[in-house]
Amino acid sequence: MSETKKLTILEAINKAIYDAMEADPKVLLLGEEVGDEQGGGVMGVTKGLSATFGTDRVKSTPISEQAIIGAAIGASLAGYRPVAEIMLMNFLAVPMDMITNHAAKLRFMSGGQTNVPIVIRTMTGTGFSTGGQHSDYTEAWFAHTPGIKVVAPSNADDAYSLMRAAIEDDDPVIFIENIPTYWTPSEVTFSKVKLGSAKIVQEGSDATVIAYSRMVLEALGAAKALAKDGISVEVLDLRTVAPWDRAAVLASVEKTGRAIIVHEAVKQYGVGAEIASVINEELWGKLKAPVQRLGGAFSAVPFSKPLETAYAPVAADIVAAVHKSLAA
Amino acid sequence: MTSNYPKPDAATLLEIYKKAALIKQNDDRVLKQMKAGKLVMPFYSTRGQEIIPSALSVSLTDEDYISTIYRGVHDMLAKGFPLDEMWAELAGRATGTCKGKGGPMHLTCPSKGMMVTTGIVGSSMPIATGLGWAAKLEGKGRVSVANFGDGAANIGAFHESLNMAALWKLPVLFICQNNQYAEHTAMKYSTLIDKYSIRAASYGMPGVTVNGNDPDEMYGAAKIAIERARAGEGPTLIEAITYRFNGHIVGEAAAGEPSHYMDTAQYAQALKNDPVPILRARLIAQGIASEAEIAAIEAGIEARLDAAMAAAYAAPYPDVAELKRDVFAEEIA
Repeated sequence: MSETKKLTILEAINKAIYDAMEADPKVLLLGEEVGDEQGGGVMGVTKGLSATFGTDRVKSTPISEQAIIGAAIGASLAGYRPVAEIMLMNFLAVPMDMITNHAAKLRFMSGGQTNVPIVIRTMTGTGFSTGGQHSDYTEAWFAHTPGIKVVAPSNADDAYSLMRAAIEDDDPVIFIENIPTYWTPSEVTFSKVKLGSAKIVQEGSDATVIAYSRMVLEALGAAKALAKDGISVEVLDLRTVAPWDRAAVLASVEKTGRAIIVHEAVKQYGVGAEIASVINEELWGKLKAPVQRLGGAFSAVPFSKPLETAYAPVAADIVAAVHKSLAA
Repeated sequence: MTSNYPKPDAATLLEIYKKAALIKQNDDRVLKQMKAGKLVMPFYSTRGQEIIPSALSVSLTDEDYISTIYRGVHDMLAKGFPLDEMWAELAGRATGTCKGKGGPMHLTCPSKGMMVTTGIVGSSMPIATGLGWAAKLEGKGRVSVANFGDGAANIGAFHESLNMAALWKLPVLFICQNNQYAEHTAMKYSTLIDKYSIRAASYGMPGVTVNGNDPDEMYGAAKIAIERARAGEGPTLIEAITYRFNGHIVGEAAAGEPSHYMDTAQYAQALKNDPVPILRARLIAQGIASEAEIAAIEAGIEARLDAAMAAAYAAPYPDVAELKRDVFAEEIA
């Protein structure tokens, strides 16, 4: 497709699944309320899909997370490509056995005889006062599990391309959708993207800010504010959390000499720690300042608005981190 | 109820015996090799449970899917798992069906429909449900069999899977092999009901309890469930009553002795009712096969085991580079 189109992230994901189901009859969809009779998803992401592709391929399920992921795994072993929705990221804790003991490991444990080409869509994010069990980013659990890929787009263009790539991938992919940015529109190019490739969304020379999902927007806000002071920040959107694009990250940090990693997930033991560690291992001697990490507070996500706002990093935190890096 | 079941004919009974004898002789051989220190692995003996998968598998084809659990070597052998590749896998060799990367708890052979062996109690059921979904979408009359134990009938995945399979009318057989013990816990400490099959009613599917050690009952119940599944009428829960001769994990009791948590009288009775020699004697008594013919079958199995074992031990171990392969489709850098 050569024509671009302005879509929200929500619409882009819908379109990606639609196009994948149209292109390949083996692509299936299942999850709680995904069918049109149940509203096409709690946020409407899957609207129109059961009407178009029928309720054999688009299955609304009981609230049975283990059976949802199990059914996706089983169908994938038989050659299908199911897209399973686990409504909220916190709910991934319920079918964790199916995800980490089975989806992730069946290829290895079978010596490559079977594989599990499934996508697990899930949404999350702070911002709507959804509290401790409806807002978490738990990508580190999955990034720590060999055999699982994790994708977290920040805009509609990537959301489309990454969803298509995730469905075509021959291994299980967790696809993280940020709730507060669902309705943010951008130009969608319908281009092909490889999982595991980062994207420089703003070039700069003084420091590299590495982010994914909604934190990319905070990073861009910080870059804009810093530009007013003559500070040039490179913003790198990781797009795929696992496996992450080491080459792109190392090239950018080698150029700027400074790195700040930002995610909404709890900072401790997080994805930022892995990236920081690799930067230190590979670029020791070339860094102008210690690598910094910004992440969610070491607490459950709080309900009360001032607490929730203080929980996750914002642009001002990134601005302060860049200043600290420059002063080192 | 079971009197209306279709009965296995003479040829089918002999086929059931061939499978059961292979399972028994294979198990005996594995235990010997473990005792000799030649095989080092967690192994969950299936002695005593041979008839269930044997009487089931005679009505299945390579196209049908099965999923099983760590105590599942009998399910695999009955469905036709290649013996050489199994032994190489048990020995952790590169020539094993899973290249030595799975071991006894993860035996897999998709060409024979053996899609998953899981080491997690209860986890065969959700995946078998998905295989049933695929079978239904394909519309070729395949069925998906989920094997699990009585312990797994108390796991949440049981409820979710049976409910979903019934709701979607999937061609799934839920085979609860009730060997009386969930690991070391007797059934009476796990549930107040005396038959797990009654739970089927709450999912709107048929459920039966049969003597899993009786080839007629097991064959008949499985046949009806398979035909029902192939006809698009949905899943069935079969609770097959059986007994485990070698405890939960090999070595927890001396051979031929009950484990500490077992009822001694029940154990002795179960050994007396060993289903494999009972079927053997029946074949001879009914003139289905002569003593010499059966002895030849058993000798043939021993020879196959000799060959599989020798080939396995002679094979190389996997290259350590295998750690980077099969994690993802593309090798890890």
